Amino acid sequence: MKFTEEHEWLDTTEDEGVVTVGITEHAAEALGELVFLELPEVGTKVVKGDEVAVIESVKAASEILAPLDGEIVEVNEPLVDNVTLVNDDPTGKGWFFRIKLDNPSDMDDLLDEDAYKALIE
Amino acid sequence: MFEGNNLAELFKTPLHAVHLELGAKMVPFAGYDMPVQYPLGVLKEHLHTRQSAGLFDVSHMGQVRLTPKSGNVKDAALALEALVPMNLLDLGLSRQRYAFFTNDTGGILDDLMVANRGDHLFVVVNAACKGADFEHMKKYLSDSCKLEMIEDRALIALQGPKAETVLARLAPEVTDMRFMDVATVTLNGSECWISRSGYTGEDGYEISVPEADTVALTRALLAFEEVEPIGLGARDSLRLEAGLCLYGHDIDTETTPVEGNLVWAMQKARRAGGERAGGFPGADVILDQLANGCARKRVGIKPDGRAPMRDGTPLFATEDASDAMGSITSGGFGPTVGHPVAMGYVDSAHAATGTTIFAELRGKRLPATIVNLPFTPANFKR
Repeated sequence: MKFTEEHEWLDTTEDEGVVTVGITEHAAEALGELVFLELPEVGTKVVKGDEVAVIESVKAASEILAPLDGEIVEVNEPLVDNVTLVNDDPTGKGWFFRIKLDNPSDMDDLLDEDAYKALIE
Repeated sequence: MFEGNNLAELFKTPLHAVHLELGAKMVPFAGYDMPVQYPLGVLKEHLHTRQSAGLFDVSHMGQVRLTPKSGNVKDAALALEALVPMNLLDLGLSRQRYAFFTNDTGGILDDLMVANRGDHLFVVVNAACKGADFEHMKKYLSDSCKLEMIEDRALIALQGPKAETVLARLAPEVTDMRFMDVATVTLNGSECWISRSGYTGEDGYEISVPEADTVALTRALLAFEEVEPIGLGARDSLRLEAGLCLYGHDIDTETTPVEGNLVWAMQKARRAGGERAGGFPGADVILDQLANGCARKRVGIKPDGRAPMRDGTPLFATEDASDAMGSITSGGFGPTVGHPVAMGYVDSAHAATGTTIFAELRGKRLPATIVNLPFTPANFKR
């Protein structure tokens, strides 16, 4: 599992070049209880830093940015009606979407677990 | 996140150490270091208050005593009427009333509670305005009244359907109080000034307690299983669902009581044709708007979708209107109703209940419906 400075996690899947994206436990905790989620459409081409999803807690709205360049190939549709799963299981059932990366090797530039832990401490 | 705020300069309420001990997340609010939430979290704190009882520290608010020099409380009431469009002369003994200070252009300087406590009026004002409010009252009322900012008392609120049961264990007589009654009651051995009121839409009490006894009384109340401490986060969502205004957001110096949909708080005696019509700052503007209407109005807004519409979101009459007609002034998710809730200003022509309007959110125009306030029915003991 890899991480971004924007508190997203990325995990490889069985499909070549496809990664699952969600937000970290640290981010979910900081946001507070989530009440709304808007996911991107499957097929959307994204560039790193694009706003691809919106998540709102009881406190505020936050944008979820594309962690890398690629195409959205799947979204976690059931999450929209059960957004508290992000609080309960952020790195499991609370995943947001899957991206087919333009350059799978871009993953190498992201933070590993130790580097991310150092970031949030 | 809190850049520019020197935490060392923030005021602390007498309950500050208790908040930290309870694990509260603290934020600067109106110059005070205040609990925004406890470990329970905003959502559950909100629901707990609606279902049981929540304890709030509102000690940052201003408590002012107005004592008439003549000894007759009616003289203080009449003097204060020069600053507010309310009938205070007929405010009965041990009764409280919602009021607001107006300015010369009909705007609102602050909203407040006024209680008739027999030989004086007891006034509670917002934290952010309390210094200015005190100077304002001093300027206009010093001839007839002695004014005291009460610095040696904290203010706590116990709110929710179980508030009566809980408080009656400390003082059975609180059961006899009706909504907006005030009384002096001994709680946990200390003389408290309490009112049956609050700002959540629920039944409950606000308790002015001597500073030295505040921690003990708070611990005594928190010891009851029905009671949880509640932070500013849930206080905000509770009052929003209840359709109550947050000063500085939903009403301010630029909004009149007519625009702010607060005409219900202006008694007949102060309106055109009343015994003491006018005679408050901005009366010409406000009475004219009462007679002839105004261009915009504060309304309840229910977003049709699931996306919360927050403070500052622009509002449009149609999906393709080029100019915004107003904006959301308070908005978020309503935990009790289970959908987003908001209030804001719209053109009076689009203010009728059931009207569809559009809010621009992240570049998209999303539909919302004008609804009656409150979102949750008031649960007062009348």
